[in-house]
Amino acid sequence: MTDLESRLTRLSTTDLKPPVLPDADVAYTLHDTPIGTMLLAIAYGRVVASSFDDEETMTTRLARAVSPRVLRQPRPLDDVRRQLDEYLSGSRHAFDLEVDLALATPFQRLVLTDLPTHTRYGATTTYGTVAADIDKPKAARAVGTALGANPVCVVLPCHRVVGANGALTGYAGGLDAKRFLLNLEAKS
Amino acid sequence: MTREKVGLPPFQALIDAHWLDVARLARAMAGQDGDDVAQRAWEKAYAAYPGLTSAKNLRSWLLTITARCATDVHRARKPQRPLDEAPPVAVDGPEAAVWPDPDLWRAVNELPERQRFAITLKYVGDLDHHGVAAALDTTPAASRRLVSDALATLRTKLGVHDD
Repeated sequence: MTDLESRLTRLSTTDLKPPVLPDADVAYTLHDTPIGTMLLAIAYGRVVASSFDDEETMTTRLARAVSPRVLRQPRPLDDVRRQLDEYLSGSRHAFDLEVDLALATPFQRLVLTDLPTHTRYGATTTYGTVAADIDKPKAARAVGTALGANPVCVVLPCHRVVGANGALTGYAGGLDAKRFLLNLEAKS
Repeated sequence: MTREKVGLPPFQALIDAHWLDVARLARAMAGQDGDDVAQRAWEKAYAAYPGLTSAKNLRSWLLTITARCATDVHRARKPQRPLDEAPPVAVDGPEAAVWPDPDLWRAVNELPERQRFAITLKYVGDLDHHGVAAALDTTPAASRRLVSDALATLRTKLGVHDD
């Protein structure tokens, strides 16, 4: 490249602004909570993600499953954030949100959809009990896997499901997060 | 199903990776109108995005849209003249402080529109001749010619002899 050509590449301008776009098909935000940073996403008015997974992984999955028009837009998530904060401070016991399990497989949907009615605030249940609730009494292990893949954590309370011996077993946000949620519910 | 095959990345990833390039190119091509051109280019890209059939060359696709928006703005400004008779019109001069190397950019602004757009896409946009040609609706050979004519004019004007 000649000197003239390299001078042409060196245009540096200031005061540049990123674009402003209309409400996204999928709007998301990263929200700091006592149990870690959560990615919250909403599509057409329904919560599609409340997850501990990283931004790139989740937005890529949302782009493929819902719409590639995924934007970081906090405002459409104001209500979700408010309800989540209230829940995490103990002042809210149930969520008033519509959920879309677009990121779940059909079996995961079967397990996750009715979780709020198959569990109770402040109490735990077991994988085997949830398996029986959905008429798959032998599928306790598969239920555990489906709960572990919950794309809408906390809002769909997979943390209330524990092993038959009462062991916490696992949680997408880590066992400390699961312990935090169960303690919170026990004392609120 | 088609969408899964195409595998388009989330639009936010395009913005994060390329918004500065789009903004710089728009300023270089449209001067004071650059910010409007960039905003308009993003709106068009966002509207068209779900219909894309390939996830390849997304940067080049964005810069092409930006170049077309810059061309539209430029033409809208002088509707009274037939296009091919229109003399080159200098872009409204941005502040010298914002544009380092003011002699160079003044000379660039005095180039015929096609030459100016071609060298801007090539050097500010860092596109190859295929990319420049796509953005200007022409052939790579024509792009090569526009760029070399532009460089020759700039060398003469600026008294540069570096090849």
